[in-house]
Amino acid sequence: MAGKAKIAIEQLSWNNAKPAPIVLVSGAEGFLADRAIQNIREILKASDASLEVSDLDASSYAPGELLTLASPSLFGEPRLIRVSDVEKCNDEFLLEMLDYAESPDSDTTVVLRHGGGVRGKKLLDTLRSGTGGAVEIVCAELKSDNDKFDFAGNEFRLAGRKIAPSALRSLVQAFSGSGSELANACQQLIADADGDITDRTVEDYYGGRIEATAFKVVDSAVAGRLGDSLVTLRHALQSGADPVPIVATFAAKLRLMAKLYGERRGSGELAGALGAAPWQIDRARKDLSGWSETGLGNAIEVIAQTDANVKGASRDPIYALERMVNVVASYGKR
Amino acid sequence: MSVWDELVGQQEAIDVFRAASQSELASATSHDSAMTHSWLVTGPPGSGRSNLAYAFAASLLCRNGGCGTCGDCKQVAARTHPDLAMLTTERVIISIDEVRALVQSSQYSPAVSRYRVIVIEDADRMAERTSNVLLKALEEPPERTVWILCAPSEADLIPTIRSRVRSVRLRVPSVPDVAELIVTRDGVDAVTAERAARHAQSHIGMAHRLATNPDAAARREETVRLVLGIMTVREAVLAAARMIEIATDDAKAITEERDGVELEQLRRSMGIAEGDAIPSNLRSQVKGLEEQQKRRATRSLRDGLDRILVDLLSVYRDVLRLQLGVSDELINVEFESELRAAASARSSEDTLATMEAIGVARERIDANVAPALAMEALLIRASRSEVPA
Repeated sequence: MAGKAKIAIEQLSWNNAKPAPIVLVSGAEGFLADRAIQNIREILKASDASLEVSDLDASSYAPGELLTLASPSLFGEPRLIRVSDVEKCNDEFLLEMLDYAESPDSDTTVVLRHGGGVRGKKLLDTLRSGTGGAVEIVCAELKSDNDKFDFAGNEFRLAGRKIAPSALRSLVQAFSGSGSELANACQQLIADADGDITDRTVEDYYGGRIEATAFKVVDSAVAGRLGDSLVTLRHALQSGADPVPIVATFAAKLRLMAKLYGERRGSGELAGALGAAPWQIDRARKDLSGWSETGLGNAIEVIAQTDANVKGASRDPIYALERMVNVVASYGKR
Repeated sequence: MSVWDELVGQQEAIDVFRAASQSELASATSHDSAMTHSWLVTGPPGSGRSNLAYAFAASLLCRNGGCGTCGDCKQVAARTHPDLAMLTTERVIISIDEVRALVQSSQYSPAVSRYRVIVIEDADRMAERTSNVLLKALEEPPERTVWILCAPSEADLIPTIRSRVRSVRLRVPSVPDVAELIVTRDGVDAVTAERAARHAQSHIGMAHRLATNPDAAARREETVRLVLGIMTVREAVLAAARMIEIATDDAKAITEERDGVELEQLRRSMGIAEGDAIPSNLRSQVKGLEEQQKRRATRSLRDGLDRILVDLLSVYRDVLRLQLGVSDELINVEFESELRAAASARSSEDTLATMEAIGVARERIDANVAPALAMEALLIRASRSEVPA
């Protein structure tokens, strides 16, 4: 947060959410934010069952809405106002929210969901400087596997369930693509599985699911493992990879290999000239075993044809891909 | 002096247009009139299609039938004549909205001249849907409207357009003709002009560029040297990478300077001083311009690759001629010994297969295949000296 306005308010992580007159839920990870907002609602509901919950969309806000929802009612029940899309808020919302922050109602909790971006920066800065007694819940994206590991472990701990570390690891690996899928998978295991969760349970529920990338397909294909590469290709396609980038990955790999064919200089020396990292060069060198010059040439020609095919020259892009994998995995023999 | 002066080697076409501009407007009943309302100028790239189209436009709009000196002629040359509408594109295709606007404007009667003239350069860059918008307007334009379409060949247009226009074909001008034009117009010495005209294969614009821009000439020479030096797959892949670089440099040289000038003009017309931030409500304008420039860069890169493919084709044409025992009229005379070595190292079937591969590469680039990949496949094919079974 260096260089930005000073933050004078309490910053909480998503799993320690607690109510305050104004709660700012910031950060890009949507499902963490949802979880945090849900927690707040549950805490408030537990303290007073007559809680009145209302939702606002800051991007289509009409003047006066906030005040109408936040003003005290006859029976004085506490209220929770959840405002979504603050990162796209209109000017009316901005003005009225700034006004409201000057004198927030003590029985009302306003939850502002800001998904990142510069819109509404003045509001964020005002809240962060301490006006209105706000707290901020930071929902930063789960990037590293470590973060995801912690997150998933936390899910099970919160639910009071035990999971074996190795089971947790394979679960995180199976859902390395998206955080929300991982969260859903955790919830499903918590809800459906009985007793402690072991390797066996995870295998039963999510076995065989592999998050395959185009790189994995290429690696097994250039090593001549046809079966492996066809299976990973299917996995990659099923988990949302598009044919065009897959072909591009193949092209990049074979291009580098062709440039290294018969090249004797060291990888450090070549790195600059070929625009690739030394480890990539070493890797491609290793991959060259089993390849002949004609084979490389054939493979590149087939990849070029496949690129045309997946871009509309043939009816079935998947077949074109499989044919390409076939040729590459047989070291370019047609 | 007249508007027809700078058109090289197209006497027949000029005669047709001259007769048309001098005759009275064709009435609906007479079919033998020299004048009609829709024309199509076809000819190979660089033969001067659009120049001829504008010369014809000038002769129709000018009071003296194309004198080249009056206000009308000068306005046509500057493309600012009020009765001249034109559609040209620097992008990959002409959009349907542009054509719709043009069809609408074709209904106005001329403001100051005898005719309203509408020129569509690159009529081949219209999708079929876009072409259909033109049909009605082409068939029955208002009395004083004349359409002039330009395309490389009649086959580039859909049949329903072809049947509605009178077609005028241009020839490929001869190398000496082009060289002479460049000597007189650009003041280049005769040797350079001859070489540029020969290398450009009589493409006038290209010859002009090769004769006046040493960088462009050097880039062409490097391309030829690269393709003649390829022996292995490794060299083919490296050469492909280098050729993409050459094409990019070539494209950049053409677009970069203009991009900067345009942005500067836009800033000035919006009243933003140098170095000031652009207000957020005007940012969309700048975005729009950048978008347009990006599209132009795409087209420009493709044109650059296309020039390289034409150069490669000229090399293999020479190789094939040598293989068939014809050694005069080589395009790349400068490389004769290398060409002879290449000719003896392979069979004429190989050469033909390579020329075929050049055509395939061009189709692939048109179909959005990654340019590097298309070039690699082509050069690998070229490096091979046996025809696969």
